[in-house]
Amino acid sequence: MSPVYYLYLAALLFTIGAAGVLIRRNAIILFMCVELMLNACNLAFVAFSRLHGNLDGQIIAFFTMVVAAAEVVVGLAIIVTVFRSRHSASVDDASLMKL
Amino acid sequence: MTHAATVHSLWTTAAAAPDKIPSPHIEYGQLSPTLIVIGAAIVGVLIEAGLPRRRRYAAQLFLSVVALAAAFAAVVGLAVGDYGTGKAHVAAMGAIAVDGPSLFLQGTILLVALVAVFTFAERRLDPVVHGNRVDSFAAQAAAVPGGEAEKAAVKAGFTTTEVFPLVLFAVGGMLVFPSANDLLTLFVALEVFSLPLYVLCALARRHRMLSQESAVKYFLLGAFSSAFLLFGIALLYGYAGTVGYAGIADVVDGQVRNVTPALAGTMGNDALLLIGGAMVLMGLLFKIGAVPFHMWTPDVYQGAPTPVTGFMAAATKVAAFGALLRLLYVVLPGLRWDWRPVMWGVAIVTMLGGAIVAVTQTDVKRLLAYSSIAHAGFILAGVIATTPDGISSVLFYLAAYSFVTLGAFAVVTLVRDAGGEATHLSKWAGLGRRSPLVAAVFAVFLLAFAGIPLTSGFAGKFAVFKAAADGGAGALVVVGVISSAIAAFFYIRVIVLMFFSEPRTDGPSVAVPSALTSSAIAIGVAVTLVLGVAPQYFLDLASQAGVFVR
Repeated sequence: MSPVYYLYLAALLFTIGAAGVLIRRNAIILFMCVELMLNACNLAFVAFSRLHGNLDGQIIAFFTMVVAAAEVVVGLAIIVTVFRSRHSASVDDASLMKL
Repeated sequence: MTHAATVHSLWTTAAAAPDKIPSPHIEYGQLSPTLIVIGAAIVGVLIEAGLPRRRRYAAQLFLSVVALAAAFAAVVGLAVGDYGTGKAHVAAMGAIAVDGPSLFLQGTILLVALVAVFTFAERRLDPVVHGNRVDSFAAQAAAVPGGEAEKAAVKAGFTTTEVFPLVLFAVGGMLVFPSANDLLTLFVALEVFSLPLYVLCALARRHRMLSQESAVKYFLLGAFSSAFLLFGIALLYGYAGTVGYAGIADVVDGQVRNVTPALAGTMGNDALLLIGGAMVLMGLLFKIGAVPFHMWTPDVYQGAPTPVTGFMAAATKVAAFGALLRLLYVVLPGLRWDWRPVMWGVAIVTMLGGAIVAVTQTDVKRLLAYSSIAHAGFILAGVIATTPDGISSVLFYLAAYSFVTLGAFAVVTLVRDAGGEATHLSKWAGLGRRSPLVAAVFAVFLLAFAGIPLTSGFAGKFAVFKAAADGGAGALVVVGVISSAIAAFFYIRVIVLMFFSEPRTDGPSVAVPSALTSSAIAIGVAVTLVLGVAPQYFLDLASQAGVFVR
């Protein structure tokens, strides 16, 4: 099966993730959509790696996973802190700063 | 044994020896600035784990200052050892470029971080709480604002000394970011300096809800933009079959030697190159705060603790512009007819947008945030020049601008009332009558932002606009001068407000800082004036440093 189909799937997943970030209002869902975008990137890397016949893309996918894990640690910590002080994870409520 | 071997050899044959994986060759000496800073950050984490609370502050401060100074000494040593010019090369198996621009920017970032650490460590500004001197950071960041846990933490005199290792981690990432020589290193460095900054934003002692809000905004938008950057990297990798800068540049220029069938297929696909390049640019422009991607800047600058804002505004910009320069000048110079028009547009809307919106601001920190957006536009004008002068003028501007920013935010920490820092502009009315020295110092910084002669702002702006005009971007210079004039209006307005209006009776007081903040502000003023009065030495230094290695 041609690797090109995987690229189309990666682009589709990335678009779904990006649209989710723009449309959804819950910080956790936003964050999951960002993770979806990162995983779409991974799929693209692996597909291109197969296409070119070198291993760079597969190695990069590992790096991306580690970075995504680190991002989860920091991101969830921040979102949970905000949730505890506001009792809401909606990004629309976070509007103390005007203009 | 030998007998068995000979018998075996009758029906077996020696296969080719398996390819040995070559062990990577790392030039530790040339990477020492980064290694020192990251190493100190790890030691800082261990200090947090092992030392009793009351000893941590002094230990962390000492460690951070020594590490940053040592790393700066290492950068100077490399520059003196001719790594900036003659011996410039690509280290660490092609991952890190050691050349003029990276050494210049690393030196700038380290100095900025050193001065910023002074403002982080300031403990005289906030009133004494339960007999403990406190800094601008939350007693316990995990405690709910106003809750029981927070009260207990404040009473016990807790302080967040974790800020020092966090800053060092961020600085470590920033040192790698402008010298990254492949896209993977670029991405990892971006995350290494962004993640500590997200956390630092959430740590303010006063106005904790605002601070947490700024952190969540910065985090979500930052993660969103780095996902775009990563997808762009994937597309460029698909286009060129490599993530090395030189390799991609060769494919873009059509100079690649051995073309595999797969590469022949993807090389012809301009969509991969153009979309990939655009997405990577987007990620970098977000960090810079250029206009379509600037929405986070004012909120984050306002909500973050002011020392963090100063550090972020100065150092992130230096690192991100370094990475942008390298990307555009090393990877995509073959594509400049495509990216120049786009960057023209971005520079114009950034300059005008930042300057015009700043006019309506009523909060000092937001005002400085929009001013930083406008300055990003001015620096982009130098980036667009695509000449050697363009590189050196951008380097000079970054060095000049970062110290002005740092000093200006340090002054903002001094003007306080009962609720903490008094950042609303109306409270600054008549400050010049009550505390002439502080107001005069702030006026110097504002004049430097406005680009008045004899300040570093003028020298930087002149260099950037001259490079842009020589590089065939005359129209951009006209727009730049117009938006400078608009920007000068609101800088002068603040000066007029400080010196020519009556002080309010309920106005803020100016806290007397310790030697830490005083020296940070003094360094800011000194650099501003020296680079303004005698910029030639530093311009020469920047132009010597202005050659990228490939």
